Amino acid sequence: MSWAALAALLLILAGVFGYQSWFGGTERSLMAGMKMGAPFKLVDHTGKPITDRALAGKPAAVFFGFTHCPEICPTTLVELSGWLDEIGDEGTDINAFFVSVDPVRDTPEIMRSYIENFSTRIVGVTGDPAEVSRLAKAWFVYFKKVPLDDGGYTMDHTASTFLVDADGHFKGTIAYGESSDTAIAKLRRLVKSASR
Amino acid sequence: MRCLKSTETEMLKTTLTAIVAATCLMAGPAIAKDYKLGDLAIDHPQARATPPKAPVSAGYMTIRNTGSTPDRLVGGTATFAGKVEIHEMKMEGDVMKMRQISGGLEIPAGGEVVLKPGGYHVMFMKLGGQLQAGEKRKATLQFEKAGTIDIEFNVEDIKPGSKMKHGSMDHSKTMDHSMSGSSN
Repeated sequence: MSWAALAALLLILAGVFGYQSWFGGTERSLMAGMKMGAPFKLVDHTGKPITDRALAGKPAAVFFGFTHCPEICPTTLVELSGWLDEIGDEGTDINAFFVSVDPVRDTPEIMRSYIENFSTRIVGVTGDPAEVSRLAKAWFVYFKKVPLDDGGYTMDHTASTFLVDADGHFKGTIAYGESSDTAIAKLRRLVKSASR
Repeated sequence: MRCLKSTETEMLKTTLTAIVAATCLMAGPAIAKDYKLGDLAIDHPQARATPPKAPVSAGYMTIRNTGSTPDRLVGGTATFAGKVEIHEMKMEGDVMKMRQISGGLEIPAGGEVVLKPGGYHVMFMKLGGQLQAGEKRKATLQFEKAGTIDIEFNVEDIKPGSKMKHGSMDHSKTMDHSMSGSSN
């Protein structure tokens, strides 16, 4: 094996570990303070246009999922709305978004009846698949369509909720299954950091 | 022991019936029926309550195999879903992955498999309508060897982190297949 090949291999390994530590991440990770997201033009769950400006000015909790999701997505939406309720008035200072990684099936109509069942505080985001894909990349969110035997499909996707400050800087994640106490503490800290 | 007069017997019967009925009512939806099919016992089948228009739900239960040969849960049908498959959910890092279990889910001889959040589940697809907590929904499970069984799923609000209830079991024999760790 040549030195160049070895160097390349080491680079790849470093990349893999870097990727894992980023995406396993909390605010201690390499992503701390990184600007998240990108300009976008999509539709919200009521069918109205929504752009990146919806995120500006307030800290936000952003989750990527889909409605053909038996567990993670409904659980996350239940929990997130519960946490926002729990922190009460402070919670109004956080915007919350549920972005579909399956926009072809998740029409605004589907998104609306789905999300409104959980919360009036969470805004659904769907629309042009290419635009959604760009947005997910800008949030370092992984998603992939996985075919099922019957011709249908399901989605693999990053299951963490991303926290950003009012300027869109990365403040941490809430992992799937994280305890409510920790999650609420993180959201409180997010609100506090915004009001400083 | 003196004999009860017929009126006393009637009263006793009525009282007992009332007690049994009250107990059942108080137990409410938390107690689901358990089922037996050959060597297989199915405990507490429950389905996740859904939002309106949600396209999918998941079914959970414990399946015990008291026999000496393994069996497989290969699929099923449901009155309330267009399609029923057996799936496994896994977290790899912070990525959720869901896979159809082709060839069916093995229920080992003398062991059990727990279908629960975060692991194996019966995937109900193409739902005909919302599943609301408190309802009971009929489905048929199909096993490779034991054949088919009609069961009723209790529809429940499955809260995050809630412990799944299942009957007492012999822990020396349990094999929890749902704990296949995520491999990175």
